[in-house]
Amino acid sequence: MNAIKKFAGILWILAGPLAIYYLVKTGAAEIAKKPVIDTKIQWGIFIIIFIPIAIGLMIFGYYALQGEYDSLPESSKEI
Amino acid sequence: MSVISTQGIRKVILASSVGTLIEWYDFYIFGSLATVIASQFFPKTNPTAALLSTLATFAAGFIVRPFGALVFGRLGDLIGRKYTFLLTLIIMGGSTFAIGLVPGYDKVGFAAPIIVLLLRLLQGLALGGEYGGAATYVAEHSPANRRGYFTSWIQTTATLGLFLSLGVILITRHSLDADRTLSIAKFNDWGWRIPFLVSILLVGISVYIRLKMKESPLFTKIKSEGKISKNPLKESFVHKPNLKMVLLALFGATMGQGVVWYTGQFYAQSFIENTCKVDFEQSRTILIWAILFATPFFVVFGGWSDKVGRKWIMLAGMLLAVISYRPLFGKLISISDTKNKTELTDKKEIKTTRKVLSNGNDTLRSVAVKTYYDDGMAVTETKTDTIYAQGNKSIKPDIKISKNLGTGDYWKMILIVFAMILYVTMVYGPIAAFLVELFPTRIRYTSMSLPYHIGNGVFGGLTPFIATLLTTIYTNDKLVGLFYPIIVATICLVIGLLYVNNRIDPDVND
Repeated sequence: MNAIKKFAGILWILAGPLAIYYLVKTGAAEIAKKPVIDTKIQWGIFIIIFIPIAIGLMIFGYYALQGEYDSLPESSKEI
Repeated sequence: MSVISTQGIRKVILASSVGTLIEWYDFYIFGSLATVIASQFFPKTNPTAALLSTLATFAAGFIVRPFGALVFGRLGDLIGRKYTFLLTLIIMGGSTFAIGLVPGYDKVGFAAPIIVLLLRLLQGLALGGEYGGAATYVAEHSPANRRGYFTSWIQTTATLGLFLSLGVILITRHSLDADRTLSIAKFNDWGWRIPFLVSILLVGISVYIRLKMKESPLFTKIKSEGKISKNPLKESFVHKPNLKMVLLALFGATMGQGVVWYTGQFYAQSFIENTCKVDFEQSRTILIWAILFATPFFVVFGGWSDKVGRKWIMLAGMLLAVISYRPLFGKLISISDTKNKTELTDKKEIKTTRKVLSNGNDTLRSVAVKTYYDDGMAVTETKTDTIYAQGNKSIKPDIKISKNLGTGDYWKMILIVFAMILYVTMVYGPIAAFLVELFPTRIRYTSMSLPYHIGNGVFGGLTPFIATLLTTIYTNDKLVGLFYPIIVATICLVIGLLYVNNRIDPDVND
């Protein structure tokens, strides 16, 4: 199980940049198609808030790859 | 720390739940009345006002909520749960009441949309701080073997807040005049302010109840021992052992829970109204009935999670959502589709009205064709166009379709929405206990609030927008919008399955 957790970590690391790429590409295409302020704000907000989340997913994947989730803390003392 | 008596815990639940319910009510009435508010404060003809409208919609719900979680979460871990969630309640209630008093754009110009935007931002901030406080407060009073059950009462408040807001709006909309059309017109003119103003009474009662409550015993204990965190934000999000749990809470639980929640309770209603073209009021009463029948299950699943653990109930809810969303939404389309029904041709009604426009020459023509079907459905198609006096051809007519479902179809739709809200109760009922158990007392408020509000505010709150946006990009498939909640819930399901454990923490005192 721990090997699967670590392997899946690679997927989460890769999913981050993939999500950012897809988001920026779609946003740019939509703004080009309809260059009004509403579209720009909508996509601007989507991109600004989802990029840090995608980075968070990459950090999560890195921790998974490092085996940080092999066993979860059983007491707050471990946190 | 000792766990309080059953009567005591009931008071704790009541004090926390009523306040949280009112905060949700306050937050939802703005969303439910968005069209009316837009016409009062954000005229489409003025691009800057329209810009402020977009900001009010997006910023408050999606950006400000997580910031509220950080600001008030930190306060809650520094000064205590009681005073922090009392403060969020007062800010929310005050902002809501004030929105009801702001003069329209026609009276004070740009000041109106700017004030409304600021008040809406305050609402978002307050909401971001409320939930973590209420959930933490109840959980820290609960015995370990009933933590899921007691905190699930807090979980009912978001759904009941929506129920209350829809109810108050519908009742107000119909009680301003004996004539239904006039009543709706008065509501759109000034009556929409009533649901906002009513909030102050509810908040007053709730503040009174909360003032009588004591601080959480766990927080009092760590405070007396001098173990309060000096920097909850740093400990929560910089300290690696805790950060990894915050990330796990977000990607393995709240992200999927958020999209399941918003798909079942918001996108479903919007889909019934805009894609299935079901009548404004029917689309809302369908949701009201479904909420009414499904709400007790928050407590059922919350209580059950005390016996079998939180993980499997939440993941089962996500799995059911992933598997069944497309068939369920497909069924909503087929129920409202007139192709499978027999038209009662002899009952067809055509009504034409003409109204001379203010320029005195042109006429606004409206043709309403009402068609009846054998199963009780009535479809009204209203075509509105302008007839120009100088013989110019009319511009493309505006066509509106409104379907009034027959009794059988109406209840079928309620059953489908009920199923979707049942998934919501599975993912949402146990989540407060799950989050509380992940983090230590000294940074609990901060640590659980952020993943909750990113999961619900960002992933969940954006569901209706992204789903609708997808249908405008990929126009061939009416169900394409569902890919967003399905993909997010699937990723969350896999992460939850692999990394989250099912252990119920016997001790949240640490």
